[in-house]
Amino acid sequence: MNGMTFEAIAARIAQVCDEAMVVRSENGQPFVRVPAAALPRVAALLRRDPALLCDALMDLTGYDRLKYPGNEASPANDAIAVVYLLFSQQHHHRVMLEVQAPRALCSVPTVSGLWPAALYFEREVFDLLGVQFVGHPSLERILCPDDWVGHPLRKDYLYPAQYHGVPHLREGQHFDGAPRRQGDPEPTPTPAPTKKGHP
Amino acid sequence: MTIEAITLGGERMQLNMGPHHPATHGVLRIRVESDGEIVSSCIPDHGYLHRSIEKIGECIEWPMFVPYTDRVDYVCAMNANLAYCVAVEKLLNTDPATAVVVPRRAECIRVLVAELNRISSHLIAVGAMAMDVGAYTPFLHGIAQREHVNDIFEKLCGQRLTYNYVTVGGVAFDLHETASEEIASFLDQFEKEMVRFNKLITTNTIFRDRCANLAVVTAAEAIAWGLVGPNLRGSGVDWDLRRDEPYGLYGELGVRVPKGERYAGRKGAVGDCYDRYIVRLLEIQESVRLCREVLKLLPPAAGKANDPIGGHQADVSKVLKRPPKGFVHCRTEAPRGEMGYFLVSDGTKVPYRVRVRTGSFSAAGIFHKVMRGIFLADVVAVIGSFDVVVPEIDR
Repeated sequence: MNGMTFEAIAARIAQVCDEAMVVRSENGQPFVRVPAAALPRVAALLRRDPALLCDALMDLTGYDRLKYPGNEASPANDAIAVVYLLFSQQHHHRVMLEVQAPRALCSVPTVSGLWPAALYFEREVFDLLGVQFVGHPSLERILCPDDWVGHPLRKDYLYPAQYHGVPHLREGQHFDGAPRRQGDPEPTPTPAPTKKGHP
Repeated sequence: MTIEAITLGGERMQLNMGPHHPATHGVLRIRVESDGEIVSSCIPDHGYLHRSIEKIGECIEWPMFVPYTDRVDYVCAMNANLAYCVAVEKLLNTDPATAVVVPRRAECIRVLVAELNRISSHLIAVGAMAMDVGAYTPFLHGIAQREHVNDIFEKLCGQRLTYNYVTVGGVAFDLHETASEEIASFLDQFEKEMVRFNKLITTNTIFRDRCANLAVVTAAEAIAWGLVGPNLRGSGVDWDLRRDEPYGLYGELGVRVPKGERYAGRKGAVGDCYDRYIVRLLEIQESVRLCREVLKLLPPAAGKANDPIGGHQADVSKVLKRPPKGFVHCRTEAPRGEMGYFLVSDGTKVPYRVRVRTGSFSAAGIFHKVMRGIFLADVVAVIGSFDVVVPEIDR
């Protein structure tokens, strides 16, 4: 274990990207936040620079910040955070990048040219969080069916009332307790309990 | 030999393998296009087993997610439990106010059950791979041994497949009085049985030649495509999280890590199907050794459950109501490789985001690359050698 420290990696990233921000989460976990436009530059540096050489993409995921309480370093916003967890099998150091994609125009450049593992990860993030990865060769849904509506891991996701005639309501109610919407099928009346209770 | 070099120029045939195919180990559909008997393209189609486990994680409390981790990978549910619990403990330990100390006896039991489950999971992997290429008997020998492991677990926690045994802060139940002897006697007879298993299939020339030099993945490719665990080590990368980023008791145990070394001889190549197969067999041997080591280290049970040495469960009910705000990423070594949890907490008793990164997901990602140019009949051998478990891909 003789890789670079997080501070050294962050300083190296700052050399190619002025806007890169070193942030610590509330529980002290450090990461580098880069704007989406600078991501290809920063990712290429991390992948190719002989001192950094982050050849493994441990994980590429994301989360919706819509309901996340803010703090000083990251004020509350409604962006989709895309998280890159990189690791160097050569030097055994790790770094985390975060890109915040605005909710309305949710697009981030792909990194699948640098790490082929991202081909699948980006499809999953697109499927569940609705982030468009610009330049991905086949950005299709991977877990949900192709004709699914919406992106389930967004915090404002509305469960569909039905899918191809299969109702998704439970006793006339949506799973998440959301109010009934136009076009919902009528709930079937539950039979009144008898005096003796259940048979 | 590339597909361009041997293309027959005839009509391409589309073939659907699955969703219900015995060799896809679950509900996985693969769209294969073949040119004669040569695969020209192979596109996996996922999602048949998608149960939105990550979405469920955002709706229920921290400890309530443990039973769902069983369903992430039911072939090695103990390791899946452990991966989540270690991640939650890492999150809690980022703040001294909520820090958790897992009792030492619980740490020993965790390693014991994780390694036993690794043995049974690898037995399924190597047995099913042999079955897929046409050797049925070894699979039954593997299943018979796995049954003993299931019996041990059933006595331990009442379940045979989905255990819900490892909890945040320890394990759900202490070992029963005769457990150590039962596990030790199982290990003794199991080692003898593995000699027979290897005679049946591992040293079989037909099997070895079939798997040699098939679907070769070089070390650089394996890292770039995100392969983990035995698939990564099969390509000759010397990396095991139990040794290199130790968690729990593994730092004390000194795990020996096997890696692919062209076991098929001059016909093979580092990173072929046979290397991945052999690495799993060597890991089984290593797990047997680790189990024996841990049985020696196991401290006697104390009367109190939360005793720091002899207890089995630290008290975490209060801290899990108010975990630290922020995120944590934690990865552990499951039988199918790195199982990484990315947990985001907003300081409440319900997780804000639970992300599971599994080994089979990235192994499925490399299928379309390694399948091009191989024989149609070898597709099942390649799927078997990567040991994909479909619920882990779809989650």
